[in-house]
Amino acid sequence: MEIKKGIGVSPGVAISTAIVVDADSLVIPRRNIPAARAEAELQRFNNALDQTIREVSAQRDDLLANQRKEIAGILDFHIGVLRDNSLTDQIRAGIRDKLGTAEYAVNTVMKNYADVFSKMTDAYLAERVKDVQDIERQLLQRLTGRYRLDFSHLDSDVVIIAHDLLPSQAASLDRLHVKGFATDAGGRTSHTAIVARAMGIPAVVGLTDITHEVSAGDQIIIDGNHGVVIINPDEQVLQEHRQAEIHRLELETERALLQELPAQTLDGHLISLMANIEFPAEVDEALRRGAEGIGLYRTEFLYLASEHEPSEEEHYGSYADALLRLKNRPLVIRTVDLGADKYTQSKGITPERNPVLGDRSIRMCLHDIPMFKCQLRAIMRASVLGDVRIMFPMITTLIELRQAKMLLNDVMEELEDEGVSYNRDIPVGMMIEVPSAALMAEKFAREVNFFSIGTNDLIQYTLAVDRTNERVAGLFCPGHPAVLGLVRDVIRKGSRSIPVSMCGEMAGEPLYTLLLLGLGLTTFSMNAPDIPEVKKIIRSTTMEHARAVARRVMGFDSERQVMHYLRDETRKIDPEAF
Amino acid sequence: MPTASRDIIVSNTLGLHARPAMQFVDLANQFRSRVTVSKGGEEPYSADGKSVMQMIILAATQGTPLKILADGDDADQAVEKLAQLFEDKFGEE
Repeated sequence: MEIKKGIGVSPGVAISTAIVVDADSLVIPRRNIPAARAEAELQRFNNALDQTIREVSAQRDDLLANQRKEIAGILDFHIGVLRDNSLTDQIRAGIRDKLGTAEYAVNTVMKNYADVFSKMTDAYLAERVKDVQDIERQLLQRLTGRYRLDFSHLDSDVVIIAHDLLPSQAASLDRLHVKGFATDAGGRTSHTAIVARAMGIPAVVGLTDITHEVSAGDQIIIDGNHGVVIINPDEQVLQEHRQAEIHRLELETERALLQELPAQTLDGHLISLMANIEFPAEVDEALRRGAEGIGLYRTEFLYLASEHEPSEEEHYGSYADALLRLKNRPLVIRTVDLGADKYTQSKGITPERNPVLGDRSIRMCLHDIPMFKCQLRAIMRASVLGDVRIMFPMITTLIELRQAKMLLNDVMEELEDEGVSYNRDIPVGMMIEVPSAALMAEKFAREVNFFSIGTNDLIQYTLAVDRTNERVAGLFCPGHPAVLGLVRDVIRKGSRSIPVSMCGEMAGEPLYTLLLLGLGLTTFSMNAPDIPEVKKIIRSTTMEHARAVARRVMGFDSERQVMHYLRDETRKIDPEAF
Repeated sequence: MPTASRDIIVSNTLGLHARPAMQFVDLANQFRSRVTVSKGGEEPYSADGKSVMQMIILAATQGTPLKILADGDDADQAVEKLAQLFEDKFGEE
């Protein structure tokens, strides 16, 4: 049994079998085995070797049968290497004499060869380093069971152990069988965290090297409540966690009773709680948790889940699906917020040097007008099916906003000409997630119907921190006084004329509920599982108290003070908040 | 134990790349003798003639002089047949 501490980013406890997602390069930890295990370890290596030779030979025969002699020739060479006794004896010696694990012995021996090959002056021979690496990977895959996985077709329950979850992997997850995540990288607001919370499954991130500690098939407990991952737990620990999970579910049932009750402070102020979603199907879960509507529909997954760009019909189909489920409750559709991710970087002709400050989000849309218009048309067509609102992300200058609105007008005119019905008065809003937009909130408020504060990017751009970089993720903090200053000003200046909501992660963190309430925020949009807790806090306080808390917080000059104070104040009214 | 050796020069265009190395190793493995292939010059190296990895590391490009050495009861025959592979340029056209 081994216990690893990380950051719990999505609550709950998952107990299941691990599958390990390959990072691009495998790093095998140096682990020694007791001398008594050497024979078994040798046997494990021999089995993996036999299996590899068998499978590669079968592949080669297939290729030959299909007249693909060139590739078959390469595999012939691989088989020759796998049958090279002087090579395999070196690996066996690494196990028998140096008492390394089979993985470690394979890794060291093959790495030596790779080094020698790559230093060869003959270009052809130096190229063979790729074969060496390929053979190594083949062996390691059979040893560890780490095959590249297609997560969309699993036949039993698993927890996923990965370095970080790629958006495309997250998008194609088999939602029935994936019970939890644990990743090396990431923070509270990493992609894995967002996906896990949206799916309502436990996740622990920031574990540094969990992918090296876990082998496929290990029994794993992912405790998202405490940010702990337990590898191959003993029976007692297993029982404890099963019990704790039952208790948590009871607590959740209790909170579910809150669903019918309004989000109203003790002194009668009504607050709107909405949900963030990525898939139309999530609407049901959101409503079950007490959401009054969808405050943020992220449309990126339409792009990430398929190989091609979604068609207008695919867009329309998803929006119509969500609206049907919502039954006239509001749906805020954010136009596509792609960029600075692998999807767009792989499509780009030249990779951007600094993609986060590059051609992303609304900028990318304004550079690819046909793609943008396709989505706008679908949104406008769906606008007659319910309470649809449109929101532009990452607006930095007034010109961008005006361009986006102009394109929206173009689309409306086109639909008019075609005789297609749409809602001419669709509310048009923008995200405030760049400091420049926050600082110019007063001017922007004259040109849109609503604001929604996106805290993840606002924090990233204000504090200059990449939250997915584990080396600096600790600097990413919503409680930083500079961030709070911007949030306060946006709420204050925007609220004079238009509704202001918040759809960033901060809105769903119970720690900040009192503060945001006190700053005058009236609409919170968050991941559905967070709604009951936030509602509970709202229902346990008065506006007067919240304002006093906000005044106090705005006087602090460090995020530490902010967090400590908020934690104490929140616990006073809801001891079970954290 | 009888030994035999022969000096040859790699004459095929590609040298001892993957496929010829495989051919050599496959043939060498049919003999009981230990087979060593060594290269002199600036980077001397002795390869186990039954190990494809070592044969590649030999980096025997066209024009490289090599010594084939066999050590065992079928040494003469082994050297004879293995040298023949080089003379036939490994079937390269």
